[in-house]
This record gives sequence, structure tokens and C-alpha cells, in this order.
Amino acid sequence: MSDSKETRTPVSVAGLEHDYEHMEPAARNPQLVERVIAVSLLVGMVLLACFGWAYWINAQPWKLGATMGGGLFFIGVGLIAWGKYLMPKGPFVEERHPFANSDEDRDAFAAAIVERGGGVVKRRKLLGGLLGGGLGVFGVVAIFPLLRSLGPLPKETLQHTDWKAGTFAVDSTGRRVQVGDLGIGSIVTVYPEGLQDTDRGQAVDQTVLIRISNEDFTTQKGRETWGPKGYVAYSKLCTHLGCPVGLYEQQLQLLVCPCHQSMFNVTNGAIPQFGPAPRPLPQLPLYIDSSGYIRAQGDYKVAVGPGFWERK
Amino acid sequence: MSDTINTKRAKKQQLGPYGHVGRALNELDDRLGVAKGGRSFLDKIFPDHWSFMLGEIALYSFVVLLVTGVFLTLYFIPSQAIVTYHGSYLPLDGQKMTEAFASTVNLSFAVRCGLLMRQMHHWACDIFIGAMVVHMARVFFTGAFRKPRELNWTIGVTLLTLAIANGFLGYSLPDDLVSGTGIRIAYSIVLSIPVVGSYLAFLVFGGNFPGTTVIPRFFILHVLIVPGIIIALVTAHMVLLVRQKHTQFPGPGKTEDNVVGSPMFPVFMAKTTGFLFVVAGLTGLLGAFAQVNPIWQFGPYVASRISYAVQPDWYMGFLDGALRIWPSWTFHSFGYTIPLEVFIPAVVFPGLVFGLAYVWPALERKVTKDTASHNLLDRPSSRPRRTAAGAAVFSLLIMLFIASSTDVLANFFRVPLNEVLWAMRILCIITPLITYPVTLKICRELHAVKGGGQRKTPNVVSRTAQGEYVATPAPEYVDDVPDELEATEVPKFITTPTDEPVESGVRVVDR
Repeated sequence: MSDSKETRTPVSVAGLEHDYEHMEPAARNPQLVERVIAVSLLVGMVLLACFGWAYWINAQPWKLGATMGGGLFFIGVGLIAWGKYLMPKGPFVEERHPFANSDEDRDAFAAAIVERGGGVVKRRKLLGGLLGGGLGVFGVVAIFPLLRSLGPLPKETLQHTDWKAGTFAVDSTGRRVQVGDLGIGSIVTVYPEGLQDTDRGQAVDQTVLIRISNEDFTTQKGRETWGPKGYVAYSKLCTHLGCPVGLYEQQLQLLVCPCHQSMFNVTNGAIPQFGPAPRPLPQLPLYIDSSGYIRAQGDYKVAVGPGFWERK
Repeated sequence: MSDTINTKRAKKQQLGPYGHVGRALNELDDRLGVAKGGRSFLDKIFPDHWSFMLGEIALYSFVVLLVTGVFLTLYFIPSQAIVTYHGSYLPLDGQKMTEAFASTVNLSFAVRCGLLMRQMHHWACDIFIGAMVVHMARVFFTGAFRKPRELNWTIGVTLLTLAIANGFLGYSLPDDLVSGTGIRIAYSIVLSIPVVGSYLAFLVFGGNFPGTTVIPRFFILHVLIVPGIIIALVTAHMVLLVRQKHTQFPGPGKTEDNVVGSPMFPVFMAKTTGFLFVVAGLTGLLGAFAQVNPIWQFGPYVASRISYAVQPDWYMGFLDGALRIWPSWTFHSFGYTIPLEVFIPAVVFPGLVFGLAYVWPALERKVTKDTASHNLLDRPSSRPRRTAAGAAVFSLLIMLFIASSTDVLANFFRVPLNEVLWAMRILCIITPLITYPVTLKICRELHAVKGGGQRKTPNVVSRTAQGEYVATPAPEYVDDVPDELEATEVPKFITTPTDEPVESGVRVVDR
């Protein structure tokens, strides 16, 4: 390796005669920079070899990542430094030419479309109309298989749950809940019996059962019979975006949605106290049968979960 | 010995001055005619300013996404069939979960390099979208979107939208407790669209939530359809960039009619390939040392369970924040409901933000009545109103991003959630209102100062014959002079045909 500048740059290789300052490296001390770059590339190569070894012995993920990431990083740094400090420093310039063509060329282009193409269509209006009509019909009918096959129509599915008159409330294991099961201030998620393991049971029918007191509990006027022996049940779907209202603040008697912090007061019909939820959680009317099982008087009176256009 | 040299030399001479490479290129040119265009492509000039690197970060993190993503598809099973887990991660042993979740846990623990690839993929996505946003801000604040580049700006905004959408789709695929809640929220957002919402939700998700088709559908969207569109648009973005050439900041020798910088080959190519390695390397290091999305800790998705204090990926933060702080106003009348509490923050608001981005070039052209083509960039301070408007929108988005962690902030600072919520509501309104005039004022002040935005040169004080002291500004920085050569065309490197046609051969012998 010679110290002379001529052999260090592509200038002499290309046969350009004399010194050409733009082609010189930007580095003041190319030899030193070259050594640093060589070290960087070498470290990268060694690390990548280590990655192969780490992979072979099935090392922990951080060792795989450290060797591979580090190896690529050092090779990259070396390459950038090579480009930045040892390659022609420039600056070079390139002319920019305006995009617009001459008026004549533009007119010729427009004329080809408007006169030649348009003329053909104008002369055969019937054919043009039929072709357009056929493509239009295809455009409309193509929507059916592309869109309609994707899923069923909503119909009434969003308006109702699977709670019916007499449905037993069961916990996630399928065990029927009895009147003695919950102490005051306790809470359990219940499902209609038989649906506790289904998607619909868990996503739509999920209901929180809370025992507020030992006496029959009225959360709102007109709901005098809904809370027997202090058991009240609300839909677990937040009326904001449908997250499960999974947090129960026992001291304040609040159900809290962890997604966007809507809070519902369970003692007054789950009216939202805070947050973006617009409606109270629907309450499920309950009764306790002669054997002491908690059962539903019927379905929710309103649609559960977040709002939608057809919601009554 | 000398015979071999002679034969070699003879062969070399036969091949012509550029050897085997030259021959191969000639064969290619015979068939495709690429020599002229190829040469000018290699000579394409790239400006040296650092801010042109931001788009490269986005491009290269996308490359990392593609490579790691292909690896993940080999092991991920996009199915919502229920299986009982008996894998190497013992805390989940015996639990029921979807195949999607089970296969994600498996590829994290049982596949060599699997966890690393998953974490790299997630980090690369966060970097990808982040780099796109910063790149977009650079293009916006310097006016690079102006004529003739409006179309490329439009492609860029579309790319950002698609990237965010695909990020969400990919985030949903493992079907863990956190991502499942995200899908639930997305479902409710679709449901909130007036008139068609429930139909749209049923068609997109194949029925009422959760259904069994979400994961397979999201999978094909995430790995084929959306990336396919992204690749096509990235290609278009690059083709337009080459065709229209780069913008550049004003400076010595830089005009509307040229580009000054480094040539594509080899200088830029070395730097940019190195940069690809650096981006990939840093992503690998993040994947190694920064845990991200540990789904085995969240557990499989069950519709009636939920986790606490989880945030979506950062690029969804502004949406989540908007949903949190928007008031609970709803519309319910005539037997119909419009869930304004969801529809406005989650559909109308992002629609407005991205819509504004789409129409901005046309809007600015209309307001400024500037229909000329621009290749020289603006200093942000010389376009006070544009800069102020952009800063105001960004400040609003940042506030909304912060609002997406109201519960975490309340916990951390031990203040009531109610106060945090109201503080964020107020901040979201007043921050843009303050940012706009303050930015406007700063920009105008910068320009009111004489020589503002330029480096100041020292005064040279001299004494006249009469004894008077005179201060004259030095014409330029002495230090600057040796660095800045006058820009020149890329040399042709062609040995001009002269009387001595064997010149190259002679040189070989000389060495």
C-alpha cells in the first residue's frame, strides 16, 4: 500500500490525468480511518460468527440478538464510514430538467386521447353504452360475493342476549350459583347455564353478579323485584366500547372499566359516574328459586354493550 | 511463466478495457438497452443533508419487518381453534387457548431465534411508523410536498395510514388478553358508524364479536394484502423520487435547477447499505435487550377477562387518548342511536387529521396562490403560518398521546383520575391554541433579526491612517473555505479514445 494520493483514489485507476480534488477522500488522515473501519468490519464479522455459534448451541435469545445485532451494526458503521470518509468527497452536481414538454407535444398527447379515442366512442354510441352498462352491472354484482359472503347480517343478534326467563346463572366452571355462595361485597362473573364455555356466552352474555346486602335491593324505581336478597346483576360489557367491566371498587360500590376508566355505581342502577361511557350498564332481573338458585327473570330490557345505529 | 502472462494479457485485451463486467454489461445492453439510463442512475445525486436519512430509516425498518415477518409466518398458525397447551412454557400448561396464541408462545420459546425474531418484528414496526412520522414532519416543515411532489406526498400519507392499520392487525394476531381487548375495541368502533356500522362490523368480523374468523382474516390482511399494497406504494414512492430528483436546502451552488451532493454509486450506495445494516443491527439489539409484548404474561384472550393498565402500541396512543377524554355525549332518538362518544373521537377525528394531511398541498396552493414548481426547500421559519399550523396539530396529537395513559399518570403522581382527565381535556384544547401563535411569533422574530438564521462572521477591526477604527464584517468563515469545493459534474471515467489505443494494457504492465 503506497502513501501517494494518486493510487489511493479511483482517479488514477480510471486514467484521469492529474489531481482531481473532488475525488479525494474527505478524511484528513485516510490511513488511520481505514484502520478504524477495518477494526469495525472485523468486529462485525467476529460477532456474526459468534451468532452462528450461539445459534448452534441454542443460546439464550439475548445472546443471539446481541451477536447478530452487534455484528450487523459494526459492519454497517464500517460501511458508512467507508462511504463518508474514504470515497470521493465531492460535492457533485446534477442538472435538473423541467418536466413540462412543449405545447406541441402536450397537444399531441391530449389530441390522441380526446380526438382519436373519443372520436371512436362518439361514432359508436350504442357499443360504448352497452360496454359501459355491462361493466357497470359487473361492478354492482361483484360486490355481492365480495362483501355479502363475508358474514351474516346483524338482524336482531345485537339486541338480545341468551338470558331467558328461568335461566340458571353459572360461574365460569359451569356451577350454578346459590344464594349462600356470595358474602356481602363479593362479586362473580356469571353466564347463562350451558353457554359458559362458548364465545357468545363469554363475549355477549357475560354478567357480573354482586351481593350488595342481605335484604332485597332496589337499584332504581321499577326494579323492586330485580335484586333478591341483595343480589344484583349487570351486563359486564362496558357501554362505551364493550370491554369487560372487570374492576370492582368495593368501598365506593363502583364497577370500573380498565380500558377507558368509565365508572358505574352499582347501587343506583350502574349509572356512569365518570368517564366516557354514555349509558348505565343494563341490569339483569333476578329471582331466587325454591332451591336457592339464582335465576334470571328474563332477558335484559335493553341491548347490552356499546352503541350502534339500530340500538333502540 | 511469461507465456501465461502473455495469454492472460491477450485475453484481457480481447475482453476490452472493462473486462468480464464490461462484457456482461454489453450483453445486457444488447438486449435491454440499459447502458445510458443505467449510467445516469449511477450518477444520480443524493443531497448530503442528514434529514434525508429519516425516510431511509423507514425503508430499512420495513425491510427488517419483511424478513422477520417471513420467519414468523413459518411458525404462526392463524387459527382460532381451541387447543390445550402442553408446551415448554410451564405456567400456561394445561390451559385452553386458541392455536394462534399457542403457536405464538411456541415460536417464542420452542423455536430457535423465534423470540428474537418476534421482538425484532415488533420493534421494527414501532421504528417504522416512528420514522415515517418524523420523515413526514421533515417533508412538511420544509415544504418538500409542494409542486411537483404533491403526488408523492399523497402516497406517503397513504403509506402511513396503511402502516398504522397493518401494525394494529399484526398486534392483534397473537390473540392474547391485551390484543383481544384491542380487537373488541376496534369492533365497537366499527359498530359506532351510523347506519352501516353493524353491517360493516358483521362483514369484517364474520358475525358478532368475537366469532372465529377474525384471526385468519387479519392474518391474510397482515401478511399479504396490506404489505403487498405497501410494497407497491413504496416502489411508486421511490420511482417518483428518482424521476423528480431530490429537493435540497438552499446553499452555495444550489439552485432550483440542480442537485448537489454525492453520486448514487458508490458513495451513496455504501452509506445507505451501511445504514441498512445499522438499522437492522439496532433492531436486533433492541430485540435482544428490550422485552416487548410478553404475551405469555398476559395469557390467552377470554372475552370476559381483562388486564389492567395496558396501553396499545404508541402509534395507536392518540386514538386511545381521544376516546378517553371525549365526553360521553351520545345521540339517541327516533329509535336510533348514534354513538357520538365513539364515532367522533375514533372515526371523525382521525379522518379529519389524515384528510387534512391529504389536502394540505392543495390547500396551501390555494391560500398562497403559489403554483410554481419548487425544488429548493424552505427553512421552517420562513413559512411561519405553515410551521405554526403543523406544530399546532402535532402538539394536539402529543397531548392525546399523553391522555392515553391517564390512569397510569394518576397512579404515578398520586392524583385523582378525575383531575388528570380534566387536565388533559383542557390541555388538548389550549396547547394547540398556544402553540400556533407562539410558533408564529418565533418564526417571525427569527426573520426580523438581521442575518437571522445565518452564522455570524467575525468583524475585522482595522485602523485607518487618520487613526479611526473601522469594523468590517469578514466576508466568510475562514474555516469553511477548504471544505466547500464548488460542485462539479460526476466525472465520466471514460478513457478518451486517443492515438494510443492500448493505453490501458500498457498501464497494467507498468504496475
